[in-house]
Amino acid sequence: MADRRLRAGVVLLVLLAGYALLVPWLAGVDDRVTDFAAARQGPSWAHLFGTDSAGRDLFVRTAAGLRVSLFIAVVCALLSVLIGALVGALSAAAGGWVDRLTMRVVDGVNAVPHLLLGIVLVALFRGSLVAIIASIALTHWTQVARIVRAEVLSLRDREHVDAALLGGATRWRVVRRHLLPAALPQALVAAVLLLPHAVWHESTLSFLGLGLPPHAASLGTLLQEARSSLLLGGWWTLVFPALGLVLATLAVAAIGAALRDRAALPERAGAQL
Amino acid sequence: MTLTELPAPRVDDAAPAAPRPPRVRWRAAGRLARRRLLFVVPVLVVVSGGVFAVADASPFDPLAGYLGDRYLTASEQAQARIADELGTGRPWWQQYGDWLGGLLTGDLGVSRSFGQPVAQVLAERLPWTLLLTGVSLGLAVLTALLLGTWSAARRGGWVDRVVTSTCLLLQAVPPFVIALGAVALFALGLAWLPVAGLTDAGAELTVGQVARHLVLPAAVLAASQLPWLLLNVRQSLLAALADDAVLAARARGLAESTVVLRHALPTALLPFVTLLGARLPELVVGAVLVEEVFSWPGLAQAVVTSAVELDFPLLAVLTLLTTAAVLLGSLLADVAYVLLDPRVAADG
Repeated sequence: MADRRLRAGVVLLVLLAGYALLVPWLAGVDDRVTDFAAARQGPSWAHLFGTDSAGRDLFVRTAAGLRVSLFIAVVCALLSVLIGALVGALSAAAGGWVDRLTMRVVDGVNAVPHLLLGIVLVALFRGSLVAIIASIALTHWTQVARIVRAEVLSLRDREHVDAALLGGATRWRVVRRHLLPAALPQALVAAVLLLPHAVWHESTLSFLGLGLPPHAASLGTLLQEARSSLLLGGWWTLVFPALGLVLATLAVAAIGAALRDRAALPERAGAQL
Repeated sequence: MTLTELPAPRVDDAAPAAPRPPRVRWRAAGRLARRRLLFVVPVLVVVSGGVFAVADASPFDPLAGYLGDRYLTASEQAQARIADELGTGRPWWQQYGDWLGGLLTGDLGVSRSFGQPVAQVLAERLPWTLLLTGVSLGLAVLTALLLGTWSAARRGGWVDRVVTSTCLLLQAVPPFVIALGAVALFALGLAWLPVAGLTDAGAELTVGQVARHLVLPAAVLAASQLPWLLLNVRQSLLAALADDAVLAARARGLAESTVVLRHALPTALLPFVTLLGARLPELVVGAVLVEEVFSWPGLAQAVVTSAVELDFPLLAVLTLLTTAAVLLGSLLADVAYVLLDPRVAADG
């Protein structure tokens, strides 16, 4: 079951990534160039997914948007893992009041609706890619921190760790050489589990007009555009970007769930948007 | 202990846990609530302080927030004078201190994007948000309980398969896509329901008007929360049905409906209560998106407006308010858990 799910997810993701990477390159046109003579055309052989209100080809633009969204999601997931793994490992290795305080901070970050923090951050640093990535990474590291902390706690009292400490290794060295590498596989699974949320987060911010500027294609800006095109009957402006978003979510979620079952992580890991 | 998970229930192995008398449970719940409230206050202070610190670090000039378009035309002296009056030139912690002081005395400042005092914006918009989220949450919970119980009781049947796969698919669709799809289908395509707003343009504010305009946003918000709730009910009911107590009930020859509804369901509902608390941030996020798409004049829409327009006084208050609502909601869920579960030894 887990393997079938994993395979289906990987195949779907490879197809989507291939579409996102190859189509803009093969098409040989800049997806941002407008052509108002061709505005608001339904799907046809010339424009498989139709065109938007500025005459841009949606087959190319959806691919470009998918590429941007997936890129941002991957960067955010990796950053979250970096922060989460460091915080989790150090907190567990330090123990005592440091650990308790860190876990309180984790609770605090979890208590705030993540999108709200994202909105505040992105509103204050408008249109900056760094702000978008930071707003996602800074709110999503807590799950990873929990997982890594639990793993390190279970490793901390093992014999090879005691041996290293007795041999005169510093605490930091033990964390770096013995504890973090052992917790890494779990942290990477957590990163995959974060991907769907990162995709949603980015597209949501862009949809609200706070993320990327409207001409830059991302799944969020395309759907923002669809909002007004819909009123003029342009169903294709909604259907194709939305399909891309949903399929990408399904693919990474399937991979994540399969990996989670293998790593025997709790069901709830990665459950928060 | 984390906010969303209670400690593992401490079950006494030796003797089956006798239900504790209600008074003990209430006292335990009170202790839990008191301890958790002590956590709420520092989080709120840190979050709101963080908003001020981030605003200080951002390239955005607070004066632009206060002046709006006039910022571009105001002379430098005028700007300096206004900055002096507003105290925006001072370090952020002093401004934050003033803001906190104002908050405690009931002075929330003025919202530029709505041209009203912040308190008035809150008073006008909060009821609509409560109406929308209340109706949606009620709808989602009812549907989750009904369909979740049905599909667990007839596990593997066609109802179960349809419901489960619909939920799994719905989990992959962001709320704003559900909203856009619903608008395209029911408002534009079939023209059954209005596209957006609280009333038709220029119409009187009547119960009928609001009800007609509420249907679509409430259904969309409910649908965006439903899959998690429903799958949770189904899962815990399946677990409860595999319990020895249920086997014993069946062995006594009780009717299947009695077994499911009286013996299995009460056990299955406990995790559901915790999940409701844990899902609150998502409900807030869903409300933001649904209100934005449907131009519903609630607080969640004001979050977006104030962010887009950089209306800082309103944005800061809304951030604080939302965080407080989520914290208190999850607290309520945990208190309910302690009151409902005879086994939990509330550790507070």
